[in-house]
Amino acid sequence: MVKNLDQFVIGECGIIKNVGGEGRMRRRLFDMGATPGAYVTLRKRAPLGDPIEINIRGYELTLRKNEAAIIAMEVKDNA
Amino acid sequence: MLKFALAGNPNCGKTTLFNGLTGSTAHVGNWPGVTVDKKEGVYKKMGKEAIAVVDLPGIYSLSPYTPEELITRQYILKERPDCVINVVDAMNLERNLYLTTQLMEMDVPLVVALNRMDEVEKSDARIDAAKLEEKFGIPVIEISALRNEGTDILMRRAYAACKKPRKGTTVLKDSAFAQLIHDTKTALEGVVDNPLFHAMKLIEMDPLEVELHPQCIRMIEAFKATFSDDTFGSDFEALIADSRYKYIAKDISSIFIRSEKNKEVYITKSDKADKVLTHKIWGIPIFLLILFTVFHMTFSEDLLYLGALGAIKEDFVTLEGTFYQGLFGSGGINSPGVILFNFLDMSMGGISDAVASAMEGVASEWIIGFVVQGVLGGLFAVLSFLPQILLLFLFFSILEDSGYMARAAFLLDRIFRRFGLSGRAFMPMIMGFGCSIPAMVNTRTLADANERTATIRVIPFFSCGAKLPILTAIAGGIVMQSGTGNADVITYSMYLLGIATAILSVLLMRNTTMKGEVAPFIMELPAYHTPQVKGLLLHLWDKAKHFVKKAFTIILLSTVIIWFISHFSWDWVYLPDEKIHLSILASIGQFIQPLFTPMGFGSQLNHLGWIFVVAAATGLIAKENVIATFGTLAATIGMGFVGDEEGIQAVVHMIAATGITVPALLAFIAFNMTTIPCFAAVAAAKAELEDKKKFRMTLLFWFATSYLVATMIYLIGSWWWTSFVFAAAAAAVAGVVAYMNKKKIVIRFKSHKKFVTSQKNLFGCARSCADCPGCNVSSQYEKSIK
Repeated sequence: MVKNLDQFVIGECGIIKNVGGEGRMRRRLFDMGATPGAYVTLRKRAPLGDPIEINIRGYELTLRKNEAAIIAMEVKDNA
Repeated sequence: MLKFALAGNPNCGKTTLFNGLTGSTAHVGNWPGVTVDKKEGVYKKMGKEAIAVVDLPGIYSLSPYTPEELITRQYILKERPDCVINVVDAMNLERNLYLTTQLMEMDVPLVVALNRMDEVEKSDARIDAAKLEEKFGIPVIEISALRNEGTDILMRRAYAACKKPRKGTTVLKDSAFAQLIHDTKTALEGVVDNPLFHAMKLIEMDPLEVELHPQCIRMIEAFKATFSDDTFGSDFEALIADSRYKYIAKDISSIFIRSEKNKEVYITKSDKADKVLTHKIWGIPIFLLILFTVFHMTFSEDLLYLGALGAIKEDFVTLEGTFYQGLFGSGGINSPGVILFNFLDMSMGGISDAVASAMEGVASEWIIGFVVQGVLGGLFAVLSFLPQILLLFLFFSILEDSGYMARAAFLLDRIFRRFGLSGRAFMPMIMGFGCSIPAMVNTRTLADANERTATIRVIPFFSCGAKLPILTAIAGGIVMQSGTGNADVITYSMYLLGIATAILSVLLMRNTTMKGEVAPFIMELPAYHTPQVKGLLLHLWDKAKHFVKKAFTIILLSTVIIWFISHFSWDWVYLPDEKIHLSILASIGQFIQPLFTPMGFGSQLNHLGWIFVVAAATGLIAKENVIATFGTLAATIGMGFVGDEEGIQAVVHMIAATGITVPALLAFIAFNMTTIPCFAAVAAAKAELEDKKKFRMTLLFWFATSYLVATMIYLIGSWWWTSFVFAAAAAAVAGVVAYMNKKKIVIRFKSHKKFVTSQKNLFGCARSCADCPGCNVSSQYEKSIK
């Protein structure tokens, strides 16, 4: 199943399929290790719902929902 | 002298290593043109040869998007250090090595310092450094910067490495586009230094490189036209980043060998703290509590609430006249900040008195006045704030170093985004309530230049501690004189007015002159760490040095000038305090008095309007001078000398003598609160803004804002119906701004164009060569691959 990272629920994990966007934001995501194939777990949301905190390549990364929305994720279907 | 540069990710322990290597020789400055710290020092333990060490800013990549990345890139390429020491956090190998794969591509001797080995051991993991060394082909040295272990070996290895020239190598030599890398590199050889690095950046379509080497773009475009990856197509930026990470990840588990059970233990330590500190419900209240504690420790005069609880009576022994009087306030025990302030204030007062009595009878009256009031008075007024400023710095560096500040930004980002700022802007703003100076310096943590400028501009609107006397004295005076109202309510509403002004200004700026998307908030949340005492002290020492240096130069000069024109008449006759009404400053005040008429303290006060103008001007030295000036001026208008202490009394005298109205007094408070801050804060703003033009515009902005706000208060307070006029004007401004943003109408000022790059590529043609019949560059390239 494919969905964007901003739609994850807490504790959900998946593999990055594709990163959209352009320029500075996109490059920053790559540099921080959010490249296709990376394994991501959604750790928590900030008290006001945005930004979110994810675990990627062994460390904690925070990003805003609109930044997470450009990351398409491959999620294993449990059902 | 040999020059070694430290490069690495933020939070990798680079600064700890730097402090350990250079010790007291460290020197902090600015990189040219930007407000990013440049740290330099000397390593002296290499026999006879001293080695200069430069701490490059912490970065994740050599991409061209932040000033920190650009600095590192330019420094290594242009300044050519003899060796680059890449500090790598062993606890976070994967992401840290990503930068290593980029540094490797430069033609510069490189060694990897594998830091935090102590934590690796503690977590029962193991690192195969030899294997890592073999994999990357560069020396890897295990160190612990914290315990100062392995650092001398590191320097010896780096010293050995710097004697041998090194050619750049890439980890992508086995990839599907290795041929393209090789060809681009060959094309650039002889044209530029570091051909491999430039070739890699070109293939990534790095905007800086594309501009520099247009001759290679066609070749790359031609290759891309023939190339397609399953996942990435011909998106080389993604492909290269991914290939680097893939290369690193390939056998990382045989390099970082973790024992299952203990990895968990290590993570949960930081996690446990995070569970509480960024808790859904408790996160923000805890943040507010931490903030309150910081301010309470710095500014409170009733630290343990003994006074508020009634445990201490007002006439509690204050030990007046003894050495210990600084410890206690009028109704309680002082906070550390206030105690330090009192001791410094007392000793500086003692010095002033001693100097005055030593000069008594020896020097003429004006020289004594000049030395004691002008020079020492001005200096001490500024220096007496030093303890509280440093204490604020200390608390906030502890929060920053521990990793909590990143969490605070995480908690608050949502609120601030609404105004076009990121969560990081919160700290500097709230610090403004204490003192603008540390607040402005703290804006360095903001990523975006426009965001930083907008924040610096609104910091003075968060009314600082020194402005409180203006508020309480005038509010008290209003209540006393009119017999109605509540001084506390007036004070609080003025604070709120400041905040509202700040919010509106930011909104306006971010939608007009300081436009730009909110910088990405893609940020690491580092594991919590205990801050290093040595690092903190070095940091504080450095801040203190800067502040004292400024106090003795620009601030001293400004205060001496103000003293001079307020103590001399046009025909160079010295005037004691109580004759200030004959001074140059007073006559300037009389001359520009009409300018202040719209705010209610100008010409309508007849020949006395200048008093308020002069009081506001002396506030530039330190804001509490405003009320002190009232005290001295009371004498000149026949009310008797009141002295500095009786703030409210002086204001009452002023009201009686000048007949100033309540709206005008409120306008006067608002004017002082939002106008140009004290010279010390102005100096801080100048240091933090990148260029002179921005600085001048900032001064103008402060004056214009205060003028507008004060005028509005006076006019609406005097004639309520004018509020409709202002409301209509505000709506019109909002409407015009919204319309212009919608239609994308941009009014550009002349010098704004510097960084506008054209949409087309440098050949004036479309980016892809797929539909292009070909040109010289591409046909040559096609031949070469056949």
